[in-house]
Amino acid sequence: MLLQINTPVPKDIPLDLPLPEWLLVTLLIVSFLFHIVFINLMVGGSIVTLWAQIRGLKEKQYDIFAYEIAKTITVNKSIAVVLGVAPLLSINTLYTVYFYSANALTGFAWIMIIPLVTIAFLLTYLHKYTWETMKNHKALHIGIIALSVAIFLFIPLIFLTNVNLMMFPEKWGAVKGFLSALVLPNVFPRYFEFLGACIAVTGIFIVWYNGRRNYPFEEIYISLTRAQVKRVGYHIALIGLAAQIVFGAIVLMTLPAKGVSFEVIEIMGVAGGLLVLALWWIWKTIKDTDERLDKHFWKITIAMLAFMICYGGSRQMYRHNALDKHQKMVAAHTASFQAMSKEARENYVEEEGALVIDESLGDLAKGTALFQASCAGCHQMDQQLVGPPIKEMKQIYEGDEAKLIAWIKAPGRKRQELMQMPGFPQIPDEDLKEIAKYILSVE
Amino acid sequence: MDFPMFHLDWLNDRFLIAVIAIIHVMINHGLAVGFIPYITWLEYKGVKNAPTDQISDSKWDTLIYNKMKVAFIITTTIGAMTGVGIWFSVALVSPSSIGSLIRVFYWAWFTEWVVFVTEVVLIMIYYLTWKNSNKSLNAKLKHIRFGVFLSIASWITMVIIVSILGFMMDPGNWNADKSLLNGFTNPIYIPQLAFRTPVAMLVGGIFGMLLTTIFSKKGSEIRILAIKYAGRWVLFWTAFAIAGAVYYWNVMPEAMKANMSTAVGSMDFEEYYDLLKYFIIGAASLSIVLAFWAIFKPKKVSFGLVMIPCLFVFGFLGIFERVREFVRKPYVIGNYMYSNLLREEDYPLYKKDGILKHATYTSVHEITPDNKVMAGRDVFMLTCSRCHTTNGVNSIVDVFENMYGKDKPLNEQAMASYIPGMHQGRAFMPPFPGNKKELEALVAYIKQLQSSGESLQGAQTDGVAVNADNAVDAVAKRIEAEKEQESENN
Repeated sequence: MLLQINTPVPKDIPLDLPLPEWLLVTLLIVSFLFHIVFINLMVGGSIVTLWAQIRGLKEKQYDIFAYEIAKTITVNKSIAVVLGVAPLLSINTLYTVYFYSANALTGFAWIMIIPLVTIAFLLTYLHKYTWETMKNHKALHIGIIALSVAIFLFIPLIFLTNVNLMMFPEKWGAVKGFLSALVLPNVFPRYFEFLGACIAVTGIFIVWYNGRRNYPFEEIYISLTRAQVKRVGYHIALIGLAAQIVFGAIVLMTLPAKGVSFEVIEIMGVAGGLLVLALWWIWKTIKDTDERLDKHFWKITIAMLAFMICYGGSRQMYRHNALDKHQKMVAAHTASFQAMSKEARENYVEEEGALVIDESLGDLAKGTALFQASCAGCHQMDQQLVGPPIKEMKQIYEGDEAKLIAWIKAPGRKRQELMQMPGFPQIPDEDLKEIAKYILSVE
Repeated sequence: MDFPMFHLDWLNDRFLIAVIAIIHVMINHGLAVGFIPYITWLEYKGVKNAPTDQISDSKWDTLIYNKMKVAFIITTTIGAMTGVGIWFSVALVSPSSIGSLIRVFYWAWFTEWVVFVTEVVLIMIYYLTWKNSNKSLNAKLKHIRFGVFLSIASWITMVIIVSILGFMMDPGNWNADKSLLNGFTNPIYIPQLAFRTPVAMLVGGIFGMLLTTIFSKKGSEIRILAIKYAGRWVLFWTAFAIAGAVYYWNVMPEAMKANMSTAVGSMDFEEYYDLLKYFIIGAASLSIVLAFWAIFKPKKVSFGLVMIPCLFVFGFLGIFERVREFVRKPYVIGNYMYSNLLREEDYPLYKKDGILKHATYTSVHEITPDNKVMAGRDVFMLTCSRCHTTNGVNSIVDVFENMYGKDKPLNEQAMASYIPGMHQGRAFMPPFPGNKKELEALVAYIKQLQSSGESLQGAQTDGVAVNADNAVDAVAKRIEAEKEQESENN
């Protein structure tokens, strides 16, 4: 009961969706998938670079490795940003009320994404382009990438807080700023699952990147071999996948009951199974010989992609379940408001009716009422307010109604110390006459 | 009404959008749309002017590459993020308007996105393969071709976005048929594009000249040549920019005046509009002077000298957007939605019932003498806060003090009689949507603001108070009752 009183039912934008809902949902999921892969590579890549560069302080080979990964971050980040526009557009269209409400309620953090990410991006360029020039200032140079990693680690929290908050309108009345929305259930488990995915995807990317035939590996590295670097990639992916599985299980267990259904659990279960499968193949690869490092590569990649589709799909199902009833109510509320608005529009009484006419004033009643409505905001009886008092007007225009009306329609500027009066040509002539009659009647 | 109100009470909400959007326009016009063709042209010149045994003059090529590097870094960081930032900030400040626009322009934006992706991929190919392409003439020519593709892609992003900008100013007959084609058929579309394109080229050329003064040695041959080329580029595009400006400048008032409720509106408009005229004349003549100087006295062109017109043309872009935003008032979407985010069609209902009754978020839904000031605060948040603050930029207290005198206590009665008719005297203001009680509550609140100097926190810090009348329980009951009514009627 209490919950219901505090669950707002906003009205939706009264315009049709630009395309059928199922198509928008498909576009949302597919475009988000592309976006998140590159986000994974950007975040994971910067973490791996930081780790490798620190390790590179003692083992020169890892410094080269770090530099090679650093060069990919700036490319992946550009693709990540531009690919993010399509899911943003789609979620804005599909969940207008929910998404924008969550944005506003966490507004300060939400808008900070822009300057923070800009800074992180500039830092990644600075880091990349000063590799040679700062080689004698390694601590400072590592500090640059560490700062950008710190920003990259913070930003996903803002996004997750938003997509989480949007599913719980019943919390909107209770949330006070970003921090209180951040601690709602399920944000942190999802966050750590996401970080695991960043590491895992980056690990697999490293394997692929160093396996390419046209990549002049031997010219770049002095003592490391392709196989060794691939093994590094697999190890990274192993750590990431393990984290993903652990935190994925926690996500599932802490999922607020509202949107859970058997289908959601099933698909999340399948997704989890795919990760375990990928983990198993990676484990087998690591145990195997250098010649057979590529044996399971495509199976692993496909399992991970399939995981993403399942996981993304189950999240969408969860969101759908969580909001279904509320969305229906929003639609009904919108329709009912539209009907009310239409009725009011059709039975609208012109402003005239709003005039407060004091019949006791007789002949001057209408003029007085009109003056109150259009002029009294600036003109008083005896005192200068914005413009001169009525009594002064009378002195000036005594016996010259036509001139007074002309002035009201298109005023000039006589008093430099006051604001210029705007003209009122939209007032009909007969009303202007009534106003002038009133002005010239004052004693 | 239906969204929690994000509010920046000192800076002003519009200012947030303005800063982000203007930075974006400057980078988009000056460092992408207008800059890439300029760079591609110079790269091509390098190949053409090179001795027969070389692909390109290597010093020249390095100079052009360095200039491109600046544009590459800035566009893929600040440029890209301010582009996203426009979405973010508008979603916070003006959710109803952007939400409406998205429903109409989804495909335009989707197409825009496809072009963006192409643009990003091309800019990475163009920039990242530059050095490698210097190995053979064939590769170099192919590289230049990518520059041309990139230029075209950048320009197409402008072709699409201008339709949405034009639409917001003059939706044409959209109110009747709600089709996105109105964006392209509206009378401002072609003129605005004809103006923006050469202006972007002009700004790109001047910025390019500035970079030349940074990346080349004073008095060196390539510097003189690069400055001469920039001069020619600027001169060429200035001619088109002037023609486009005259065209656009003459079309806009006609379209804008159709939006305005009164002829007074056009008075304010013209005053504001004149400012733009002087800026256009100023920026154009400065560009011409710079161009001639660069062509005839290239040795004398220094960083400081180019900096002045460069700042001026970038400033001009800012002023231009500011005027464009201003002249669209009192609407945010012409004849459909006012700048206070309320739809014109809903006004009769609000006038009848008051706005608080229909607000999703308000702490007061029944005004009593006890909660009057609180109610006034909610009315202010719902109807004024998109453009006004309490005591910050464009503060409501300042606005009234400017009218009624700085040191005097504000007069509630005077304000209450001014507000209902203000849209007639001040045509850029939307009409006040509330009822009489709400008006009285609002002026009581404004008066209290003047004496207390208190500020108003937005939903991002204070959260929202849900209007129990528009919460699940009450709405469900109302809808049920409506349905019963309907079935009884049948």
